[in-house]
Amino acid sequence: MSLLLETKGLTRIYGGLRAVDGVDYTLAKGEIHALIGPNGAGKSTFVGMVSGRIPASEGEVWFEGQNITALPAHTRIRQGMAYTFQITAIYARLSLFDNVALALGRQDRTDVLGALDRVGLADRAMQTAGDLAYGHQRLLEIAMGVAQAPRLLILDEPTQGLAESEIEGFNTLIRSLAGDTTILLIEHNMQVVMALADEITVLDAGKILARGTPQDIHANADVQNAYLGTG
Amino acid sequence: MTVDTRSVLLHLGLIALLIVLGLVLPTYHQGNLARILVLATYAIGFNVLFGYTGLLSLGHAMFFAAGMYGCGLAMHLGGWPVLSALGAGIIAAAVLSLIVALLALRTIGVAFMIVTLMFAQAFFLTALYLGEWTGGDEGFVIAQASRQIAGFALTDPLTRFFAALAVFSVALLITARMMHLPFGRVLIGVRENEERTRMLGYDTFRHKLLAVIISGTISGGAGAAYAVLFGYVGATFASVQYSIFPLLWVLLGGMGTTIGPLIGVAFMFYLIDYASGLTNAYLLIVGAALVLLTLFARAGIVGEIRKRWVPWLP
Amino acid sequence: MDFGPHLLLAILEGAVGAAVLALTALGLSLVFGVMRVVNVAHGEFFMLGAVVAWFIASPIAGHPAIGFVAALALAPLVAGAIAVVVDRFVLKEVEYDPEATIVGTIGVLYIIQQSALMIYGPEARPVEPPFNHRIALPWFEWGETGLEFYYPWGLSTTSYKLFVIVAAIGILLAFWVIMSRTRLGLIMRATQLDRETALAFGIPVQRVYSIVFGFGAALAALAAVLIVPIQQAHYLMGHDPLLLSFIVVIIGGLGSVRGTVVAALLIGMSDGIISVFLSPTLSKILATLLVALVLVFRPQGLYGKKMA
Ligand SMILES: Nc1ncnc2c1ncn2[C@@H]1O[C@H](COP(=O)(O)OP(=O)(O)O)[C@@H](O)[C@H]1O
Ligand SMILES: [Mg+2]
Repeated sequence: MSLLLETKGLTRIYGGLRAVDGVDYTLAKGEIHALIGPNGAGKSTFVGMVSGRIPASEGEVWFEGQNITALPAHTRIRQGMAYTFQITAIYARLSLFDNVALALGRQDRTDVLGALDRVGLADRAMQTAGDLAYGHQRLLEIAMGVAQAPRLLILDEPTQGLAESEIEGFNTLIRSLAGDTTILLIEHNMQVVMALADEITVLDAGKILARGTPQDIHANADVQNAYLGTG
Repeated sequence: MTVDTRSVLLHLGLIALLIVLGLVLPTYHQGNLARILVLATYAIGFNVLFGYTGLLSLGHAMFFAAGMYGCGLAMHLGGWPVLSALGAGIIAAAVLSLIVALLALRTIGVAFMIVTLMFAQAFFLTALYLGEWTGGDEGFVIAQASRQIAGFALTDPLTRFFAALAVFSVALLITARMMHLPFGRVLIGVRENEERTRMLGYDTFRHKLLAVIISGTISGGAGAAYAVLFGYVGATFASVQYSIFPLLWVLLGGMGTTIGPLIGVAFMFYLIDYASGLTNAYLLIVGAALVLLTLFARAGIVGEIRKRWVPWLP
Repeated sequence: MDFGPHLLLAILEGAVGAAVLALTALGLSLVFGVMRVVNVAHGEFFMLGAVVAWFIASPIAGHPAIGFVAALALAPLVAGAIAVVVDRFVLKEVEYDPEATIVGTIGVLYIIQQSALMIYGPEARPVEPPFNHRIALPWFEWGETGLEFYYPWGLSTTSYKLFVIVAAIGILLAFWVIMSRTRLGLIMRATQLDRETALAFGIPVQRVYSIVFGFGAALAALAAVLIVPIQQAHYLMGHDPLLLSFIVVIIGGLGSVRGTVVAALLIGMSDGIISVFLSPTLSKILATLLVALVLVFRPQGLYGKKMA
């Protein structure tokens, strides 16, 4: 299978701290890949460098066979990435419609409502986004990512703050994208990870600790002891 | 009716109303309204940056004055005809806003406000320093005879009114249209959450750069028109006060609304006109208005109307 | 006059300007450092100091020193009290939002300035200095008999100008002692470092803000009382000190006391010296452009923090 994304020795240094430390990573097209690890492991920083939001201190990022390390974030997004923030970052004072229209890059009514419908928010299109309950704001954020029809969708802890029933809907949505869209998912909820991921990478203290299928990771004693269930 | 048609009707209706006012008002108010329309054009330019893009410049007087001096000096010293002089003023403002944007946009927030303030101050002092050409504080008067386009004397009150209205209408329609286009929507995105907008794949720097240039150029166009229509050019128009005025007008009328700038200018114009009849300390009104707006009505007149009654107002 | 004596004169004039500027800018810097807001009305508190000094000193008969000392004690209190009112009714209400504070204090600027115009009027009026002796200054030259001293014509200063310099140094030292050695200073520094933690430790942050804002205004007023016997009080006199204080605070590094003092010396002296040789307008143009470029390319200034 061909690679969509590759990082070589990707590193981010904050002061003396190597938040991400020489990570070599590959992601195959069409895969749903989960990135897990304890708080502060460097997951958000890693995907931040992939998307260009955070500049890398060292190392390279390759996307579809092209070295994109020097490209600014907006160019990377234009080339087919979408990024959802760990801390909800919607346009709180704009309507849901305007939020999604900005993500789409056009104000096509059908497309906007279609994107909202995928997370069950179409009937609230004219509400102000900041008035939504927290869980719904997360869903809007996901809808904005999906609306961009990216080749690589990066989701940073998307299910945080979602109710059980909403998580069910989220899983369905992600499965419906699988195949066309490659998904890099940071997730603490192990049920979601086990239900969705084709493969899992465990990050710890900025380094890759283990990588494998959900079964492998589940069986891996190190990971088991140290990290699973700590989410 | 869609929002689009309503918005078109609103703007064309406003222009029609102004035409009627121009025809029926007595000469004194006709002259006032002409001045209001040109200053409202300046406010519209400021609003593009402050109201829609969320960047607060405290130095917009330099763009207004660049247009004014560019046009005024071309006529006064160069003997250029009105239309080419207007062009010179607009180009001067566009070039200045490009340079200022490239430097000032490296900063954000309070630093951006102070950098623009400082650049404008340097511009103002330069206008004083070059008093030999600019006339410094006293400024200069543009010869009446030269203030005409194709035989129409801009010194005639009615002609001047319609010329002012034409300038205003162009700025109004351009910005109203722009805010419907994706470009304008992205500016609003930058205002609401720049980081989010960048991570949706928009080159936010380029958008802000264009916003400063569009804003500065419209402001400069207003300055050039002011020089031609009222025949006077002076350093006062480059002073801090003329950077604060558009902020006041836009806050009062409603930031991020298309018709707010006009409402704000008209309101303030007549308020100051009234107050200056009572006391020489009429700028007290300006101070009180700024404080009260900051405290109680940050949305301004049109903004409050939009919030309460007419949510579709553009 | 020859170049040497001329330069000495310029340095002396510059030192008086620098001394007053250091006090004014320190007030602005303190407010920015602790409260993270820019007080655009700062120059008006300077003007208030001078105008109030005139109101206090002019009706007092007898030796001019009595009126001056009364002004020195009271004018900063008046300016400080007005600033506390502004803090309560404007800054607190907008929750110290940086941009809203700027717009609000621009409004306050006009209110104070125009009120002064109504009450005090458009005239410029002097306050009599408490003492004012002309002091001729010697200059030296290599003559036939070695080093020769003489008194060039026009090279002189006054005892009052020297007093301004000494007084400013004294006030700066007192300020430093307050900030580093007293409980009030400790509380201010704690609030400056971290507002949330200060709150958690039971520091009444709101009250500290009021005190700091009043204190900052009082420093500007104090500087104005010192300069008013030399410069005269006028309702528009706040404009230049505001601009120069901005310049100083930005070059020195926001919120850094050391940077502010160093930059005030630098700017005040060079303003004094340059304007002897260049036109004052040209030197102001260069200074404002310099500040804009410092903010663009080195936002942390000489010392201190970035302005966001
Ligand atoms: N802007 C920053 N400045 C300094 N340290 C940071 C910054 N962002 C993250 N860090 C540090 O880098 C490490 C990794 O953070 P992060 O990538 O957010 O971890 P995760 O997403 O896995 O919880 C943490 O120790 C965090 O404190
Ligand atoms: Mg994280």
